[in-house]
Amino acid sequence: MRDANLAPIGADETRGRLEPWRVAAIVVFLVIAIALMFLVSSYRLFQLSMTISYACAVLSLTVLIGINGQLSLGHGAFYAVGAYATAILMANYNWPYWATIPVAAVAAGIIGFLVGFPALRLAGLYLALVTLALAVAAPQILKVDALSGLTGGVQGLSTDKAEAPFGLPLNPDQWIYLFCLAIGCVVFLLGWNLTRGRIGRAMMAIRDQPLAAESMGINLAAVKTRTFAISAAFAGVAGALTTIVVQFVAPDSFNLFISIWFFVGLVVGGVASIPGALFGGAFIEFVPNIANDISKAAPGAIYGIILMAFMYVLPTGVAGGLHRLFRRLFARRHRTATAR
Amino acid sequence: MSGLAHQVISGLASGSIYAAVALALVMIYQATHHVNFAQGEMATLSTYICLTLINAGVPYWGAFVITVIVSFIMGAVVERVLIRPVNNAPILTVVGVFIGLLLVINATDGWIFDYIIKPFPSPFGGGQPMLDGFISSHELGETGVTLLVLLLVYLFFRHTTLGLAMRAAAFNPTSARLCGVRVNRMLALGWGMAAAIGAVAGMMVAPIVFLDPNMMFGILIYAFAGALLGGIDSPLGAVIGGFLVGVLENVFGAYIVGTELKLTVALIIIVAVLLIKPAGLLGRPVQSRV
Repeated sequence: MRDANLAPIGADETRGRLEPWRVAAIVVFLVIAIALMFLVSSYRLFQLSMTISYACAVLSLTVLIGINGQLSLGHGAFYAVGAYATAILMANYNWPYWATIPVAAVAAGIIGFLVGFPALRLAGLYLALVTLALAVAAPQILKVDALSGLTGGVQGLSTDKAEAPFGLPLNPDQWIYLFCLAIGCVVFLLGWNLTRGRIGRAMMAIRDQPLAAESMGINLAAVKTRTFAISAAFAGVAGALTTIVVQFVAPDSFNLFISIWFFVGLVVGGVASIPGALFGGAFIEFVPNIANDISKAAPGAIYGIILMAFMYVLPTGVAGGLHRLFRRLFARRHRTATAR
Repeated sequence: MSGLAHQVISGLASGSIYAAVALALVMIYQATHHVNFAQGEMATLSTYICLTLINAGVPYWGAFVITVIVSFIMGAVVERVLIRPVNNAPILTVVGVFIGLLLVINATDGWIFDYIIKPFPSPFGGGQPMLDGFISSHELGETGVTLLVLLLVYLFFRHTTLGLAMRAAAFNPTSARLCGVRVNRMLALGWGMAAAIGAVAGMMVAPIVFLDPNMMFGILIYAFAGALLGGIDSPLGAVIGGFLVGVLENVFGAYIVGTELKLTVALIIIVAVLLIKPAGLLGRPVQSRV
């Protein structure tokens, strides 16, 4: 079975225990993240909010591709479902922004389940093909006339900007950022909890040795479709956050490239690494911003070159690379200590 | 009824393009079990090269031949430089490299040739209708050229020693190598031929859909659908599948889902084939030893 080694061996950040240095790292990260809210301009906050949203989307691929070994090139479609669910509820039905998040997750999850069901019979490449076709077809489906009363057709939908509740002394950009941070933390916590326990081990077993996993009593079909649905739900939440941040959705922002960007973010961050998804999100948000100064075509070129370079040189991504670097540093210190 | 006939004939015309791209995909799949996600982008780049040559004053068929040769070399170089190092790598790595290649070529097209949609000349005269308006002269000529290419490829594989060697290398690399076939060279040759076939498809379709860097995305999806429908390991199946997808797409687009959902038809065909008959019409079912 070629499936067996679909994901490169590397930094599985899922071995479980919450070691003290990890807790410390998370606390430091959160303190910095909250402090940033008061330190940087509104535009930077917008970028950071988008980073969190992209990070959730990349995390959805981490769970699906990195942990479970199912290859998807079409998560932009589920991201679009989430984004549109939020936009439709806010613009057409006057729902408050926060209440749309669970609906977006469920809607994307259901669509994900429906796509994941045929995916059961499709290994590796075929699944990549189906999801790629889904990504290419998604903008067309969103533009369909029959749905334009709901989706706004080609023009898309715009929504109101979220305001800080309870009279908190925050401007809307700061509040949106804080909101995204909170939702992002929940999504990452869910992702981490999901992958470190029994279900996570079942997912990894299916990725590494489907046959052995099945003979040990893991229900391949159930785990794979559910993983697909959960992953799609994460992507849906990411889409919902994007709508709340940007206050606008249009079919053409959900083209094939958004799906490919998530894939690039996944590879850059590290396919099986949960913190790596953050690197991936930051990469998707900031690299095109820098590259756009060179040329409109530069982001695509840079993404492509970096993607290939990672495949040849650093298949475990930034997180895997850091992991290896730290291990090597600590191992050396350990050796010198014992030598003394 | 004549409406339906019109849709079928025009479907066959676009189907010939899908058949060519599907054949290119199948050639690479047979030899290496990789699906070349960048096949469409390579064809788009070739089409831009052709347009540049024509604008520089080269007559159409001269530009056509040069483009095919350049594309052949390009395909062989891509295989040698980018693909061979990952030949035995995990699927994720291979897909990553292909997607990277897709992005790089797409961006290069946009960078050098701009994102403006450009018209592309047809050697068969514009779109004047022929045969009672059933088919335009370009569609007729384009179908003829593609069929000729398909025929040449068939003759090459059936009746030349080199074609036999390539089939051997794809079918059983180890035995082929023991018989003195240079398998690596055959792989590069296969990639070159696939790129050349893709280039012909690109040049033939550009007058219809107009040329821009994203021209081949949709066509690539139809070609995937065609290849899967015919059986991804069967060249003949891929060609038949390509024509079938062209007809289905046109008939469904005209009568059932409307033109705006044509790509969704391709998606449905792909899913339906994989669910109902994963080996395709002419493919061999895959059996793996447990």
